Amino acid sequence: MTIDRRSLLAGASAGAALIAAPALVRAQGAGPIKVGEINSYTAQPAFLKPYRQGWELALEQINAAGGALGRKIETIFRDDGGKPEDAVRHAGDLINAEKVDLLSGGFLSNVGLAIADFAAQNKRLYVASEPLSDAVVWAKGNRYTFRLRPSTYMQAAMLVEEAAKLPAKKWALVAPNYEYGQSGVKWFKELLKKAKPDVEFVAEQFPALGRIDAGATVQALEASKPDAIFNVTFGADLSNFVRQGNTRGLFEGRAVVSMLTGEPEYLDPLGAEAPVGWIVTGYPHADIQTPEHVKFRDAYKAKFNDYPRLGSVVGFDTMNSIAAGLAKAGSTDNEKLVDAMKGLKFPSAFGQAEYRAIDHQSTLGAFVGKTAVKDGKGVMVDWRYADGAKYLPSDAEVKTLRPAG
Amino acid sequence: MVDLILTQTLNGLASASSLFLVASGLSIIFGVTRIVNFAHGSLYMLGAYLAWTLVSAFGAAEPLGFWGGVVLAALLVGLLGVVIEVLVLRRIYQAPELFQLLATFGVVLMLQDLALATWGPEDKLGPRAPGLKSFVILFDNRFPTYELFLIAVGPLVLLILWLLFQKTRWGTLVRAATQDREMVGALGVNQRLLFTSVFAFGSMLAGLGGALQLPREAVNLHMDLSMISEVFVVVVVGGLGSVTGAYLAAVLIGILHAFGILIFPKITLVLVFLVMAVVLVVKPYGLMGKAPIGGARGHGPAEPLLLPADKLTKLAGLIALLLLVLAPLVAPDHILLTLTELVIFALFAASLHFMMGPGGMASFGHAAYFGLGAYGAALAVKWLGASMEPALIFAPFLAGIAGVVFGWFCVRLSGVYLAMLTLAFAQIAWATAFQWVELTGGDNGILGVWPSAWAVSKTGFYYLALGICVLAILALRLTIFSPLGYALRAGRDNPLRAEAIGLDVMRIQWVAFAVAAFAAGIAGALFAFFKGSVFPTYMAIPRSVDALLMVLLGGVQTVAGPVIGAFAYAGLSEQLMKATMYWRFGLGLSIVLLVILFPRGLVGASLMLRERWTRRPEPAARVAVEGGR
Repeated sequence: MTIDRRSLLAGASAGAALIAAPALVRAQGAGPIKVGEINSYTAQPAFLKPYRQGWELALEQINAAGGALGRKIETIFRDDGGKPEDAVRHAGDLINAEKVDLLSGGFLSNVGLAIADFAAQNKRLYVASEPLSDAVVWAKGNRYTFRLRPSTYMQAAMLVEEAAKLPAKKWALVAPNYEYGQSGVKWFKELLKKAKPDVEFVAEQFPALGRIDAGATVQALEASKPDAIFNVTFGADLSNFVRQGNTRGLFEGRAVVSMLTGEPEYLDPLGAEAPVGWIVTGYPHADIQTPEHVKFRDAYKAKFNDYPRLGSVVGFDTMNSIAAGLAKAGSTDNEKLVDAMKGLKFPSAFGQAEYRAIDHQSTLGAFVGKTAVKDGKGVMVDWRYADGAKYLPSDAEVKTLRPAG
Repeated sequence: MVDLILTQTLNGLASASSLFLVASGLSIIFGVTRIVNFAHGSLYMLGAYLAWTLVSAFGAAEPLGFWGGVVLAALLVGLLGVVIEVLVLRRIYQAPELFQLLATFGVVLMLQDLALATWGPEDKLGPRAPGLKSFVILFDNRFPTYELFLIAVGPLVLLILWLLFQKTRWGTLVRAATQDREMVGALGVNQRLLFTSVFAFGSMLAGLGGALQLPREAVNLHMDLSMISEVFVVVVVGGLGSVTGAYLAAVLIGILHAFGILIFPKITLVLVFLVMAVVLVVKPYGLMGKAPIGGARGHGPAEPLLLPADKLTKLAGLIALLLLVLAPLVAPDHILLTLTELVIFALFAASLHFMMGPGGMASFGHAAYFGLGAYGAALAVKWLGASMEPALIFAPFLAGIAGVVFGWFCVRLSGVYLAMLTLAFAQIAWATAFQWVELTGGDNGILGVWPSAWAVSKTGFYYLALGICVLAILALRLTIFSPLGYALRAGRDNPLRAEAIGLDVMRIQWVAFAVAAFAAGIAGALFAFFKGSVFPTYMAIPRSVDALLMVLLGGVQTVAGPVIGAFAYAGLSEQLMKATMYWRFGLGLSIVLLVILFPRGLVGASLMLRERWTRRPEPAARVAVEGGR
């Protein structure tokens, strides 16, 4: 099923305008609806520059179609510099000084958690776009926080499905030494053991984020003689790991399963040295031909003269989901908005997705496929779209994982 | 197993070479100019970026294109070193040592944004070196030939440096200046030229280190800071100013990394800092370093005598306090939030000033005590179920106890070595918070540390913070003018004389260290309740640097300096962060300009201005002090 985003928005805002009646709209103020968007723009520019561009594209389209609730939407961007305490300061400033209607953003998990806790304390909607930590919606989940991207758990589950099909018995694991890496490894081990009880894990490496000693790490993994490798490193760590691994033959005759490696942000810098045959989650931007994606990609290319990265999709979808939430709520009242977000179906560049009422996690999925090199560039082949809804634990389990209900 | 040990040794040696190139440059620069160049990591990063651009332009497949690009990149970075030295550092050689550190930190911020603007946010994976693309079989493992080449580069550069320093006139001058700079100047050597050339040479080594990483590492915007912290460790472990020591230390650290990940894969974060702490405790001047000639005191002008504020200043302070007390009546909520944060930072800065100004102990790791205060509060709330009031009382003691323990080791050192040991302890505290996930929640931190109901409102919490911080700052001020404070300053200005009149200098410094830690803990605990959460970033290096910047901007010489510095710095960075995405450039530029224009800090500058205005004769007391040194 496909929904044309523009017509949906036009219809929704028209509907909202009808129901809300002009008097009510005026009562809420005829000025723009303000979104306070906090992110690590300077600390993580590789992801967040495309993110901001995707966001601006969506914003432009929404406002061209009349905005939401008959009002334009305006964004106030703030840079947290990668520090949770600065993110909280911005959040306070955005609510009190800028009078924003809701908050969004967050790249690092701890920043996302800090804003989420602040949002709960101040009873303000927070749409966490990127932070992958499971705690955002489960252990530390709260009424006011919703998360767009497939979580660490979901990405691991998607990969375990493929990993379980491999004949490999002995696995070595490498992950950056922080929450994302640790929980990626934890879920992978747990889920793979469940799917294939006879696997063993022979080596674990946790290089410090951004500081991998690639040669030594590769050698340590090699020494454990695994059948297969599970990788969670990304960015510069990944590039260094791949280069040393290629030269030292770590990947020869071994299956490699790798989180996020198919995302253009991390695959493109590798150029012709991109690994071949790794099973990855990612975003094959050039090959997805669904109508909603083609439309998104064409508009993005026309506006920025560049191809979209995964960050672009996340920014684009976050903004669209906010607009859809506003339209459904018919108000900027945060309690109504939160109720509207529960079970909200919204259009995304990957097709329709939904913020689950049970844990506020969106069902946006990811693409699972294999890496290959084409024309001197890394690409994804044999990919399929893994719908996020299928890679979450049962409702009963979610209820135990999420004390907030 | 033997194969693995041998291969890991080679891996360690290969990493050591690049570390050594950068560290030797830093060490040489420090030896001559006494500047701890924070921007050295940035020069390394620029070397890598420039090499990437040049090698791509010249053609990476040709040996001439590749090596030509690498060498040219190193030379260009050397040229940039000249620019930095002439434009910035030359103007501030007379400023106190830490001021120069501050200026180079400003340069770091500017170069970060320049690199982002020039090369874009994406990582650049460079080409492999022609002729060294493949591997050889060593000990049954494939080992990259380029890594072998790197292993050779380290000792080769060491040899070249040795020849340069032993056999050329320039090298002799550099060695002479490292030992006694004033004497070299007195003998008629052109110091300007010597300093510029040394800085350019050190920069070039950093650039070469970066350029040689091209086939090995993806060039990225985080290279600068991750390199500089590692290089500081190498230089300090090796002994500042000693090139051979730098090589030994680089090998030690490289090998430690390679084996550390085999034995303790999870504590690589802290391993190097543990080693640095051990080395500094056992050998206070590093493996090959020598105690500086003529005492560890810097070359800056003598500290003016710290006098209690006169009536006018006291009146100004009182008015400022009154304004702060009345602020909630008129200020909107968001201004109150900002003010609360500034007031907390003012206490944090004042606590650092207490050990830095009167105590003469500059700390690079003061955030540790701020963070421990914050964690103390959060842990009390989370694990003991305490409410805000007991948590606020408990938290500073955690920081104070850490101050007592760490301080015991730190006061045995002085100058940069003391600063580096505080840094090492701060990193160990940080790594503990980061790594001990069961207790501290790891990098996800501890959430839900909100104040008691009566202090939840913005005004309520503001008054709570203001009250506690003002009292604590006044207490610190009182201590500075108490017998303890006078003894502390005596120990700073002339340890020998102080000892001679029966003061136990080390013990006094130890007490001051603990007091400063305790006060920082109070600020940290307030900060935790203000933000509602705590994270390891509270005690990371940037927070320590923030504290230093606040104190130095305000001026070390006065008691009011750090408070004003905190308001100026935190206010400035907040406004810049809001105004532009390139806030780091703006902040860096402001810091550099402030350092050049006000080399004694904001308050110091205004005092000088006032002195000039009133044209009072030099106070007799000050002359006596200057004469007595």
